[in-house]
Amino acid sequence: MSIDLPGFADPVSGAQTCFRAVLDAMARPGSLHAAGQGLTPPAPLDPATAAVLLTLVDADTTLATDAACAPARDWLVFHCGAPLAADPAAAAFVLATALPDLATLRAGTDEGPEEAATLVLQVAALGRGAALRLAGPGLRTPATLRVEGLPEGFASAWARNHALFPRGVDIILCAGDQLAALPRSVAITEEAS
Amino acid sequence: MKGYNFAYLDEQTKRMIRRALLKAVAIPGHQVPFGSREMPLPYGWGTGGIQVTAAVLGEADVLKVIDQGADDTTNAVSIRRFFGRTAGVATTTHTTEATVIQTRHRIPEVALREDQIIVYQVPQPEPLSKLEPSRAETRRMHGLAEYGAMHVKLYEDITRFGHVAISYDYPVMVNGRYLMAPSPIPAFDNPKMHMMPALQLFGAGREQRIYAVPPWTAVRSLDFEDHPFRTTRAPHACGLCGAADSYLDEVVTDDRGGRLFVCSDTDFCEGRRAAGHLGSEAGAETGTDMAAE
Repeated sequence: MSIDLPGFADPVSGAQTCFRAVLDAMARPGSLHAAGQGLTPPAPLDPATAAVLLTLVDADTTLATDAACAPARDWLVFHCGAPLAADPAAAAFVLATALPDLATLRAGTDEGPEEAATLVLQVAALGRGAALRLAGPGLRTPATLRVEGLPEGFASAWARNHALFPRGVDIILCAGDQLAALPRSVAITEEAS
Repeated sequence: MKGYNFAYLDEQTKRMIRRALLKAVAIPGHQVPFGSREMPLPYGWGTGGIQVTAAVLGEADVLKVIDQGADDTTNAVSIRRFFGRTAGVATTTHTTEATVIQTRHRIPEVALREDQIIVYQVPQPEPLSKLEPSRAETRRMHGLAEYGAMHVKLYEDITRFGHVAISYDYPVMVNGRYLMAPSPIPAFDNPKMHMMPALQLFGAGREQRIYAVPPWTAVRSLDFEDHPFRTTRAPHACGLCGAADSYLDEVVTDDRGGRLFVCSDTDFCEGRRAAGHLGSEAGAETGTDMAAE
């Protein structure tokens, strides 16, 4: 089926380039970065989403996907070798195309907050849509990130996640061949558009 | 670089380090455990920094490595050559040209930019290690943000010596939450960490910890209202370039008590001399061959 679609043409530099994009996105919340150009992942994955998973997920990490991403599971298992978790609450990486309830994902512990899940969330578009105002580490002044495809009330769901700090879920937003990140340290308010 | 993967480490190890780095950036100042590998040099020579650099480095990067500020010491030369050989990346001694700077115990004098990453080699990542030897206990103290013991240590210093007697590895609070060891940089460099435009990554190989400070993040050196944090430097100008604001190394020049104070940051010093600034000892030729590698 979908496993005959290729991964990175050059796995070493492909993963490195994508990692630097994610690292920069995580270090500067809300900044947009190119990722996954040239990738031809199976539906419903966008190139950026696929690139992030190829870069970070492997046999050492459990991966959970929502039902919409089920057609891409064979491809992910073949290329990443990640064990699939049926329960998102047990997964280190969660792949979704619609925002899951953040409170159900692994948030880590006070002593081991790094054990929290990373949510790879594919959205309709980055750079347009509803405006989120971000403030926190990595931002000299508050920044604006426009995202199309986040549900109403995302800011309040995020506020509950952010309040757990240093625990909490980190989100990597992907759309097309672009990505942005929302580390748990960032505070988000919805901007009137 | 035949026989090695790009930048020495295998891809699975890089992924493991990369995942740790992302969590470290998301939780500024928190020490993330990682599966530190054996590297082809002993612990204490920068194995943590090297592993972080190897996970971050790409073909387009320009790498600078400094050891106590100097580009020309054994450690710096070896690590620069190591990556030149195993990754084929361009290397430089100029701070402004570098995209990734691996450092042992200094922050360059020139302000770093947003497009740069600085990687610190860390011998002891746990700031509380001298107060509480148990890892399990310090983990709990970090979890509870219970840092009273460190304040007591600073207070005891003030009662005994009249000031906080920590000249390097001076503890800092990151983003108002985590107590962090800034690696043994001189306290002189601590203010540079505060709201630094560049991303700061820390790797401790033997202790198997990675931590990070994102750009534009508050890094406050611990102090008291009536005993504010102060930096100190040797009360001299650099003998070679005349700089009066840089961190200085004291060099013994003879067996009759001769002393020379020179910038610890060799690139900064060379840059100033190239621009025509000369110190009182500039004619003595000491250190003019420092640029040669």
